Parts: sequence; structure tokens; C-alpha cells
Amino acid sequence: MGKTLAEKILSEKSGSDARAGDIVIAPVDTVFAQDGTGPLAIKQFQASGFNRLANPSSTIFFLDHNVPTPTKELSNDHLLIREFARNCGACVSDVGEGICHEVISESYANPGDIIVGADSHTVTAGALCAFATGMGSTDIAIAFALGKTWFRVPPSIKVVVTGRFPKMVSAKDLILYLIGKIGADGATYMSLEFSGSTIDRMPISQRLTIANMTVEAGAKTGLFPSDEITQKYLENQGRGDKWRPLQPDADARYEQVIEIDASKLEPMVAKPHTVDNTATVTEVKGIRVHQVFIGTCTNGRLDDLAIVARILKGKKRHPDTRLLIAPASKEVLLGAIKAGYIRTLIQAGAIVLPPGCAACVGGHQGILGDGENCLSTANRNFKGRMGNPNAFIYLSSPATAAASAIDGVITDPRELP
Amino acid sequence: MKLKGKAHKFGDDISTDLIQPGRYNYLRSNLPELAKHVLEDADPNFASRVKQGDFIVAGKNFGLGSSREHAPTILKLAGVSAVLAKSVARIFFRNAINVGLPVLICDTDKINDGDELEIDLASGTISDLTSGIKLTSGKIPDVMLKILAEGGLVPYIKKYGDFRISRG
Repeated sequence: MGKTLAEKILSEKSGSDARAGDIVIAPVDTVFAQDGTGPLAIKQFQASGFNRLANPSSTIFFLDHNVPTPTKELSNDHLLIREFARNCGACVSDVGEGICHEVISESYANPGDIIVGADSHTVTAGALCAFATGMGSTDIAIAFALGKTWFRVPPSIKVVVTGRFPKMVSAKDLILYLIGKIGADGATYMSLEFSGSTIDRMPISQRLTIANMTVEAGAKTGLFPSDEITQKYLENQGRGDKWRPLQPDADARYEQVIEIDASKLEPMVAKPHTVDNTATVTEVKGIRVHQVFIGTCTNGRLDDLAIVARILKGKKRHPDTRLLIAPASKEVLLGAIKAGYIRTLIQAGAIVLPPGCAACVGGHQGILGDGENCLSTANRNFKGRMGNPNAFIYLSSPATAAASAIDGVITDPRELP
Repeated sequence: MKLKGKAHKFGDDISTDLIQPGRYNYLRSNLPELAKHVLEDADPNFASRVKQGDFIVAGKNFGLGSSREHAPTILKLAGVSAVLAKSVARIFFRNAINVGLPVLICDTDKINDGDELEIDLASGTISDLTSGIKLTSGKIPDVMLKILAEGGLVPYIKKYGDFRISRG
């Protein structure tokens, strides 16, 4: 019997014949925490009696969730992280470098790697065929010290996507559709593994969007095959030597196979307050939007900003709709400046925020008022997520968000003049 | 070990954002203060109502969302002695065990808000002393039982120095 991608990577790393349901111990290639989870990880590392990292050069702290810091308490958390990293030799991706998941894909993740991070969206690196999964601070603290952790080998769901996306429909609409179909716990403990002709043509930026949101269906990891597109991405990032092909076996065993025809998809929107509460844009268009937020580890990449700039070029945001844009990383911001997107966006009335998680986590930079609606390109719309439990968050693609910023209401991007 | 306390019922999909609202992230290095806001957005009076030893009794997919371990940590600090749910999200499950907060999977529809419960962790039996019914929780992996038996992952690692896991 053949193996899924999850079984292949965990078998190779654990040196055993890892099958769904087995418990294995495997070394980790990269282990990280961010400014929200790092301080507790440091506390637990020290409480466990450790003072040395197993692999300092692949132990990374990302200062991304609250940057620059809005309170003295968070500033002190940053100080704690920097001091710990300095003493132990860990790497720090400091304020302004970007969101952990974006920097991990730009600079660290390779096919066949195991990556664990104290952040649920660690799954994003599955786009590069890394077995990447989120854990809590204590698990990460122990992985800092031992350089390994335990895994239950997940069973897999195969998602086969064929057909070409219609105009103004993209990966975000596909993953929202999938989550709406299987539910917020539809893939709990499982690996979601993507394949099919649409996936074979899909750029890494869109694969990252999909992998990022697999956790919103409860998945442990979301894996894409490592192919020529992966190879080209890694070459562009200066680590083409790290590429290797990796595909699931043809006779791998899946719990379920889901087939999606991309050509039949419409722009999708997740309504408050759960990600699986999805609708087509047709069903929700016209709903008033007080704030549009474009960015995050889901949709803050250069390809996303290119779509947004194309839609907003020569246009203005609606006077009653705030438009916040946060590039996912410094690399994205520099690319967007070079391509002229930032100028276009600012001329359209956007506020460009520094690279980081910005308004997504509810700590600063765009907290909603009571009764306000936000249309966001992020991955979560839970009650209170953006800092106010009396506000409402809708999720969409960058195209739908940009179109809605112009009209001030949820707008079907296919109907743009 | 037997636990005894009162059931506090919650619905489906209680996210870690509801358990530990992100607007209080600046309190993450002050856990007792953070614990005063536990579950605030799901039930503003929960933190003042919960008594030491009480239970969270929730629907499906409890703890979905963020990896913030602060969520199970402040539930425990607020007095919660176990979480009972129809199902729990993966990261929350691992985090709860790692901080020594037991999680029991059972048909929570059978339990009413305010019921007095007695839980035998060793056998996974839940006795509803108010209604007289008994429930059994689903099996959790052996490795997690061992971590829980030591009171969490920090004491487990301090004792063994490494993961001691048999395959299977």
C-alpha cells in the first residue's frame, strides 16, 4: 500500500514505516514562535530546566503580531524574546520583517521538511510540501530543547481540483468553498492533500493561501506536491538546491476524496462568526462595509496586492469605508513599491500599514467599532477576533475586498465596469 | 483521580478567541490578570461565576482557532478542572493536556447547565449527580495520558528528559 504525502514525510523523518494513526517521534527542521506565543514558550523552556537550544540556527522568533508594539507590556514581551534569543543564539525576525508564515515560506521551508510553530497558521508552509503544523507554547518549548517532537500520523483527505478559475475567482474562493462544504471541523486531526490539473498550474502564492486556511477546517497540515512550480519558487528565493520532487503514491489510502471543478466556483464570502458560514458573493452583496482590510498570512502577498492595485487603479475608496493594507513581509512591501502598487493604493485612499499581522488579531491598527462590518482577506472571522466582540467580520478574496472598498458595500468583483 | 464540580454549558465552535480575546494579548505575561477575562466574549459573567473544580461542558469543535496555549492555561487558572465536549480542535487538545487540563470527549447534550458532575479520570467515567446518568469518554492516545498523569508536559519532561513513546 502506497503512502500519502504526510505518511511519506513522517516515515522518512522518523525512520519508520509511518501509517495513519501511528504515533512517531521525528526531528524538526525549523521550529518557531511569535511574539504572542514566544514569551510563554521561553517560560516553559526554562521551567523544564533547559538552557540550550538543540538547533539555534533553525530556532526562530518572529516579532509580527503586534508590531510596532501598541503597549508597554507587549514591548516588554519583545525585550524578553530578544534577550532570550541573544543568550541562546536563536534567530530573531524583528519588527518590520513580516509575518512568520510569509517569512518561513520566503526563507526557510523546503519540500520534505518538518516545521512546527507556535501559531496555528504554521500549516501555510504545506504549500511548499513541508509537513508544517501549529502547536502551543509548551510543545514548541520542548522542540526548542530536544529538536524533535511527537506526532500522530494523520489520515488524509485528497482534494482533487480540476478546471480553470473563472474571471475574478481565485484560491481564496476555492478554500472558502471547501471549508463551507466540509465544515470547521471537517478535517480535524487530518492532512488535507491537494492535487489535480488546477493545482498543477497554481502559483505558490495561491497554494500558500489554500494551505494557510486548511487549519480552518481543523486540519493538522495541508500539503501540496513538490513540482516544477515549487522548484521555480525556491530558485527565485535563492535556494533552488533545496528542491526535490515529492508526490503522494498513486495507491495511497485516503479517508475521503473530494473533487472540485474550479470552473464552477463563484467569489465566496465567509459571514460572521465562523469561517464555515460561507455564502456566494451574490447572496451577500450590498451589505455595508465600514472597513476593508487587505493583507495577512492568507492574502498579503505580492500577487494579492497586484490584483488589488489593478482593481483600484484610478479609483477611490468609498468615502465611508476605511481601506487598510498590510503587506505580509518586507520583501512583499519592497516588491509592491517597485511595481508601483503602493502608489496606486495610496492614491485610491488606502492606508498602508507596516509588514505584520496588523488588524487581524485585534490588538491594534484597525480595531472595529460597535456594530461595524469589516471585509477582510484574513483567515478568521470569530467573534471578537478584530478586537471588538460587537463587530462583524466577513472574509473574502483580495479581488472581492478591493471591489467592495470602491462601492462601500460587499461587491461582486465580476461586475466591475 | 476523581474530580467534582458544576457544569457550565457552552455551545459549538467556542474559539480560542472567545476563550482568550486577542484584545487582552498585552496581558499574556500576566496570566492571573488574563484569567479574569476568560471566555468573556462567550459569557461576560463566566469568570466571576466559575468555582474551583468546575467543568466546561461544550458542544463540538471546542477550542478551534489560534494555537494560544493561554486559552487552556487561563481556563485552568480560573478554576476549571476539566473540559467536556463532543469534540475538540487538535491544537487545543494537545495544549490542554500539556498544561495538565483534562479533556473528555462525550455526548454533552445529556448534561444540563448547572448539573453537579463527578469524573473518574482513570476510567473516563462521568457521573451526572443531578440527573443520575453516567457517560463514558472516548479514548485518548497513551502518550497524552502519560503527560496528563504527570500534570503536563513540563513535569513530564523534567521527570523523563525525553518523550517515552511506544509506537501504535
